[in-house]
Amino acid sequence: MPLFKVSIDNITVEVEPGTTILNAARKIGGKIVPPAMCYYSKLKGSGGKCRTCLVKVVRTSASDPRPMPKLVASCSTLVQDGMIVENTISKEVLEARKHVVEFLLINHPLDCPVCDQAGECDLQNLSYEHGVSGSRYEEERRTFERIDIGDLIQLHMNRCILCYRCIYVADQLTDKRVHGILFRGDKAEIGTYIDQVIDNDFSGNVIDVCPVGALTDKTFRFKSRVWFTKPYDAHRECSKCKGKAVLWMSGKEILRVTARKDAYGEVEDFICNTCRFEKKDLDDWTLEGPRNIKHESVISQNLYELIKEPPREPPFKKK
Amino acid sequence: MEDQRTSFEFDKESLALVEKIIARYPPGKQKSALLPLLHMAQAEAGGWLSRETMDYVASLLKLQPVEVYEVATFYTMFNLQPVGNCVIEVCRTGPCWLNGAEEIIAHLEHRLQIKAGETTPDGKFTLKTVECLAACGNAPVMQAGIKYYENLDVEKIDAFLDDCSSKDATTRQNPYK
Amino acid sequence: MGIRILTAQMHIEGIQQLDVYRRHGGYEAFRKVLNAMSPPAVLEEVKLSTLRGRGGAGFPTGMKWSFLAKNTGKPAYLICNADESEPGTFKDRYLMEKNPHLLLEGMMISAFALEAATAYIYIRGELFYVHQILERAIGEAYAAGLLGKNILGSGFSLDIHCHPGGGAYICGEETALIESLEGKRGNPRIKPPFPAVSGLWDCPTVVNNVETLAAVPWIIQNGGKAYAAIGVWKSTGTKLMSACGHIRKPGVYEVEMGLPVEEFIYSDEYCGGIRNGNQLKAVVAGGSSVPILPAALILKTAKGEARLITYESLSEGGFESGTMLGSGGFIVMDHTTCIVKNLWNFTRFYHHESCGQCSPCREGTGWMEKVLHRIETGHGKMEDIDLLSDVAKNIEGNTICPLGDAAAWPVRSTIRHFRQEFEDHVNQKRCPFSK
Repeated sequence: MPLFKVSIDNITVEVEPGTTILNAARKIGGKIVPPAMCYYSKLKGSGGKCRTCLVKVVRTSASDPRPMPKLVASCSTLVQDGMIVENTISKEVLEARKHVVEFLLINHPLDCPVCDQAGECDLQNLSYEHGVSGSRYEEERRTFERIDIGDLIQLHMNRCILCYRCIYVADQLTDKRVHGILFRGDKAEIGTYIDQVIDNDFSGNVIDVCPVGALTDKTFRFKSRVWFTKPYDAHRECSKCKGKAVLWMSGKEILRVTARKDAYGEVEDFICNTCRFEKKDLDDWTLEGPRNIKHESVISQNLYELIKEPPREPPFKKK
Repeated sequence: MEDQRTSFEFDKESLALVEKIIARYPPGKQKSALLPLLHMAQAEAGGWLSRETMDYVASLLKLQPVEVYEVATFYTMFNLQPVGNCVIEVCRTGPCWLNGAEEIIAHLEHRLQIKAGETTPDGKFTLKTVECLAACGNAPVMQAGIKYYENLDVEKIDAFLDDCSSKDATTRQNPYK
Repeated sequence: MGIRILTAQMHIEGIQQLDVYRRHGGYEAFRKVLNAMSPPAVLEEVKLSTLRGRGGAGFPTGMKWSFLAKNTGKPAYLICNADESEPGTFKDRYLMEKNPHLLLEGMMISAFALEAATAYIYIRGELFYVHQILERAIGEAYAAGLLGKNILGSGFSLDIHCHPGGGAYICGEETALIESLEGKRGNPRIKPPFPAVSGLWDCPTVVNNVETLAAVPWIIQNGGKAYAAIGVWKSTGTKLMSACGHIRKPGVYEVEMGLPVEEFIYSDEYCGGIRNGNQLKAVVAGGSSVPILPAALILKTAKGEARLITYESLSEGGFESGTMLGSGGFIVMDHTTCIVKNLWNFTRFYHHESCGQCSPCREGTGWMEKVLHRIETGHGKMEDIDLLSDVAKNIEGNTICPLGDAAAWPVRSTIRHFRQEFEDHVNQKRCPFSK
């Protein structure tokens, strides 16, 4: 089948039919890639919900030159041949995205100083990049009780943005889902209804797919800020998973084990709970070398490898 | 109201009904019968869905219990806490509000000495407010069980409460029977 | 009195029963289809009628049917959307309760045209007493050989089942309805794919409103052209209007498309004017979601032309000075109504009904409700009015399904047309209408 030509922010790329706008943009790479808080390429059915990846289709296709009437979610809209898409060059898109970020933040506790996700939080990065300083929201924020779902995973529902990724993980990686989305509207929450333990070999992956600090590793809780740790690629022989992980070290101590993530924050290979929670001794692993974190996060700040990118503009533009 | 947490099972007649309902959907699509079964279970298990009742429905339909919790917590007709024998649901949306729903709710709260969302201490009445019941032409409106009460005024409310005064009065009814 | 297509038989004693319905010409159209028509011929008549979806969106029914994917190797389904929940709308309930066989006959003909062997009526759970009426009628139809295998020897087979909702306005959105029918939470799906390609259990599916399907037997009996001859331009046939609020004669009225709104409000044949001799203040013409219009703009367009009950006339002037026909839920407010409180009430409704799946609607509807509550109770600030409008603007168009728009439009239109009343609340630090 011939490839489709699509232009995103005036950069043309050729992709297979059936590719989404977002994935076409990822093929181009760089700053024109829309942010994605709920879409996860490895989780079937994900996407469409957070609305941060909205883009403008100014020409639907070569044969249908009309623009699409509304902004579309780039993660769930397929490219057509000759499609012209605007992301960062469209004021309308940037304005809409700014307000989606505002919506995501109005009920967010903004407790980054005590959140284990700080420094590797997609929402933190997103608001840094696209948000506005100050809040127009004067009402009381929604709150939930913090729940332990087993000994290993903690759920801070207050921080959740309802991306549904952890639900897809449970559906697609484990044989039995015990947590789900309960209630509806802004009362919707992740939960097990009546406290139950999520106990499954792959359950720990819900932590890695969570874009915020809603699901965190209890064994790492308050041990360190991620930017004080040194991430290393490491592997081990494992009968359940590929055993390819990142060890987050302090000196010779393994504080945390996670899966390896790509440039878009997506897990490369899901890891099992044995690797994640039980193998905290250096003898368990073969070290490969420092993990190169390209993420636009503060982790990069203490990197032992220089980032070859020009200095960024100051984040808070004058109003 | 006490002791409603005991496990619940449908009787033979209801189980036959369950089979009939499941057969309305293609083989393997029995999950579609979830809402009908939850309605039946709620009516027969004391007017609300305990976790045990939901787990039972999950087992009938070969679902994970969480699939049932997800659904039962989404739809407002399902009571997740014990309720009174007579559940009164008063519409408060637009057209009913324009036609005096607030006065109707206030009168019910006064008569029952509870607030909307509460159950009387004797376990007889639960008062709920609900959104549009699609009967706006006969506003204000309330529902009790599957019955609609329309063009409400204070007298009609009083007459309704009198009708419910007998000891075994209930609005619970399996809608399929 | 205009032509009656949907309500002509309502006055007949016992019309809910099959034998009475038949005695008055019932199921003749279905018989005609089985005996003398092919599925494409039925589709052609419906296309000729230019019947438009009566649930609110007004999409041409024939076109919707023609999108149904063919030869997929999967069964096709017809679903009747009877999840009537739009505040101000109660026509489908009336139609199903009073004349269930009319809906069934419409579904039989439509299923024939779509070559669907199974159809479901998704009826809101609160209407279980109507569900019972429909099941009784379905039972009669099976007994008479009008449903089941090889109907009347035609080779066409059809099953119709009722399916109750559980209390969720969002399930009126067709993909949420499909999710719900599959036994799931009523979360709307991301489109495309549209149901016509991948709907119920991923099979090709058509979802039509009760009133739409009930018009089909008449179209078959009298021809699509005859239906198209009624009404004005692209608004053909008749429309059920659910009239409610501060009028003398609330109820369901069947009107020919093109009836002047002024006549509808003031004529004794319809609403009978404003109750207690009060003054008309505002109308929400098509269910709570459509923009509200002040008296002057509902009676006449900004150009000074009489406003008619048609899709086009009601939307004349766009959202600046017009509205939409929507579901035909016609809510009338007199001069004693606090427009801010009305808006707060509607907004609370959308907040309550948001499924919570996408961020702008989940967070925005609650935000708007809270700001409105503040203004209504006298705690609002002048900036809150623009804030509200801005939040609504940021929801609009950016959500998965139209509920976001439905929540935003009332807010933006109420501020557009009644800004002074918001300012009065802020300035007086109280609701000027509270006793």
